[in-house]
Amino acid sequence: MIRLFDMLSRVADAIYWMNRYLERAENYARFLDVNFNLSLELPPDIATQWRPLVVTTGDWKLYESLHGAVEKNSVIFFLGFDEQNPNSIFSSLRNARENARAVRPDITREVWEQINHLYYLVKDETRKKTWQKKDPRRFFGEIKKGCQLLYGIFDATISRTDGWHFGKIGQLIERADKTSRVLDVKYHMLLPSPEEVGSPLDLTQWAALLKSVSAFDMYRKRFGKLVPSNIAEFLMFDRVFPRSMLRCLNHAEQSLYTITGNTTGYSNSAERQLGLVKAQLEYADINEIFISGLHEYLDNFQLQLNQVSAAIYHTFFSIENLKTPQP
Amino acid sequence: MFDGNQELRPQYALFYQRLKEVGWKKLQTLQYSTDRAQLSLGMTFNVYSDNQGIERILHLDVIPRIISGKDWDLVERGLKQRITALNLFIHDLYHEQKILKDKILPGELVLSSATYLEQCKGLHPPEDVWIHITGTDIIRGGDGVFHVLEDNLRCPSGVSYMLENREILKRTFPELFQKLSVRTVYDYTHNLRDMLESLSSASPVNIAVLTPGIYNSAYFEHAYLAQQMGAELVEGRDLVVRDDIVFMVTTKGLQRVDVIYRRVDDDFLDPLEFRKDSVLGTPGLFNAYKKGNVVLANAPGTGVADDKAVYAYVPRIIKYYLNEDIILPNVETYICDEEDHRQYVIENIGKLVVKQTDASGGYGMLIGPKSTKAEQEEFVRRIKENPRNYIAQPTINLSRVPTLTEKGIEGRHVDLRPYILYGKELKIIPGALTRVALTKGSLVVNSSQGGGSKDTWVLND
Repeated sequence: MIRLFDMLSRVADAIYWMNRYLERAENYARFLDVNFNLSLELPPDIATQWRPLVVTTGDWKLYESLHGAVEKNSVIFFLGFDEQNPNSIFSSLRNARENARAVRPDITREVWEQINHLYYLVKDETRKKTWQKKDPRRFFGEIKKGCQLLYGIFDATISRTDGWHFGKIGQLIERADKTSRVLDVKYHMLLPSPEEVGSPLDLTQWAALLKSVSAFDMYRKRFGKLVPSNIAEFLMFDRVFPRSMLRCLNHAEQSLYTITGNTTGYSNSAERQLGLVKAQLEYADINEIFISGLHEYLDNFQLQLNQVSAAIYHTFFSIENLKTPQP
Repeated sequence: MFDGNQELRPQYALFYQRLKEVGWKKLQTLQYSTDRAQLSLGMTFNVYSDNQGIERILHLDVIPRIISGKDWDLVERGLKQRITALNLFIHDLYHEQKILKDKILPGELVLSSATYLEQCKGLHPPEDVWIHITGTDIIRGGDGVFHVLEDNLRCPSGVSYMLENREILKRTFPELFQKLSVRTVYDYTHNLRDMLESLSSASPVNIAVLTPGIYNSAYFEHAYLAQQMGAELVEGRDLVVRDDIVFMVTTKGLQRVDVIYRRVDDDFLDPLEFRKDSVLGTPGLFNAYKKGNVVLANAPGTGVADDKAVYAYVPRIIKYYLNEDIILPNVETYICDEEDHRQYVIENIGKLVVKQTDASGGYGMLIGPKSTKAEQEEFVRRIKENPRNYIAQPTINLSRVPTLTEKGIEGRHVDLRPYILYGKELKIIPGALTRVALTKGSLVVNSSQGGGSKDTWVLND
């Protein structure tokens, strides 16, 4: 019997989540960074909007119960350092590390050391109360770079076994989710009056949004002018931008096919669910979505992604799915 | 570093010179980067009593402990003799029990040990080897003589620290390694893998390391060894037993496992056979083992020879099976189950170290000279209540070696744990984990009780 690419279900599960958490940490760092930047660009009479940021992450209720009023430092603390927020940068890196620890023999020493480094970084900055600093952007930068370095190490040192592909799927699903949430921020961002649509303030917000997913430069190359429907289209349907929702799902599907050996259609519920969400994106029309409501569309997209994640769990990680070995 | 006459031991000469060149400040910097290196490698362990799950590193002192080739030869010969005899002893206990019939040691004492497993009677592990992986605790007394303190036949931990400590020290004192001709420990994990493979006739052999999970204090080591050997790291829940064959649950179905290096205690291996409340084990594992469908290393049941009361008889055990005198002597041991010994222990409890026979890790012991009257009385009460559970030994002045402290370099007490692999042949790795009691004057070196470690350099001389 030659060992090919099969791996322990528990390990596959842990690699999947390790990557999701890392991607989450990186995205949160970027969100915070951009929002902080945005606050510096706004005219003095307009308050920076920190509430939409919390709302987009889906943890508004938790925030309210822990911190009450919206205030810059509290939001930075909550999204960056709060142990009680299961999705904060701190929690995400801690969870990523716990998962990495559980799969230590399946990742390389370099990967492990970098995850470990990131964990100690956020721990250190928590001790230093970085959220109270006048300018915490150095920290966000270090998290971003640290995560990107990690992706590089991952790519350069890990064999393309099923484990790598499960990790990839985790990362891409998380990324698609976060891009959809960033796009949704604009829905929650308030303009002083409806006449402000298309105003410099409106455009500043859209530009910030693109920057939150590192999409500003690539968007400029593709469309040039900042136009809301183009921005939405770019982040949702672009076929070559690596953070667009469609592109993320395309690649996640490729990894899934590599694992199962399937080439078209679906052979299990994970493939089916993922295929469905992807097809909806492929055949969607941005103008129709704007008419029926972008927020509702994105909300639904996030729910569907959760179903994909659940289907992956049941297909590959859950112990009930035992098969007897081939003789 | 210095012998009884304050003369520099010759194996330390070069190192001592280097130490003087380096200077105090630089030495502290080296110590600091050692701590950082350990953190970044994730060489951390959770302390059991901390429900906060606080991670600690096992403090690694930058100053190595150096052992001459001549001293090492003696240790090596002594360990070979000891392990060979203990293995024969275990095998005998689970078969004819000749040694008991010949009244070399009291059968009652052995068979009453909680670690004697009735279920293992008549079993034949491959090559009749039971103790594949061991790490013997050795101490050097004030007289300079090596004594064996504990046998640790139940997969003792620490070998990963021996290996990683070496990697770190190679970065700290690169030039000394060449000059001093330090023997390598690098091939330990290769030897471990070869040994485990040799226990099975499958081809290729699927090896798994069984861990209790990430919250176990030795998890770092389990993961480290699995990764270094290219073995699968599994928890009990990753395994299933079908028709007495052990499989791992993978994303592509079940895959057979041939050899399990298990770091889960006998009691927890299989809830159908041992502790029913165990969630760490796999139901049916023991039966698969009994049928010879999977190899467990170490074999279940070896703890019986690890019992601290049995320890006292090791010189006789060696004589009985090998007809040789013991090379590495025991520490004098009083068995509380024997009346005259018990009397002596009770009368001299303030001078002795009392140990619970089935405990390890520095737990369940009393260090007479450092104890209070109340603690002593408590132990006397416990000894009277259950004499079988206790032994006592004289307080030994463990040898001291130079150690970096806040006040400079000072002597600290150490022990020595070399690692032995036993498959088709018996191999002793020329290196060890030296554990050091960091508190001045302390004799307790256990990591769970404030001990640290040192890299151990065995020289070619």
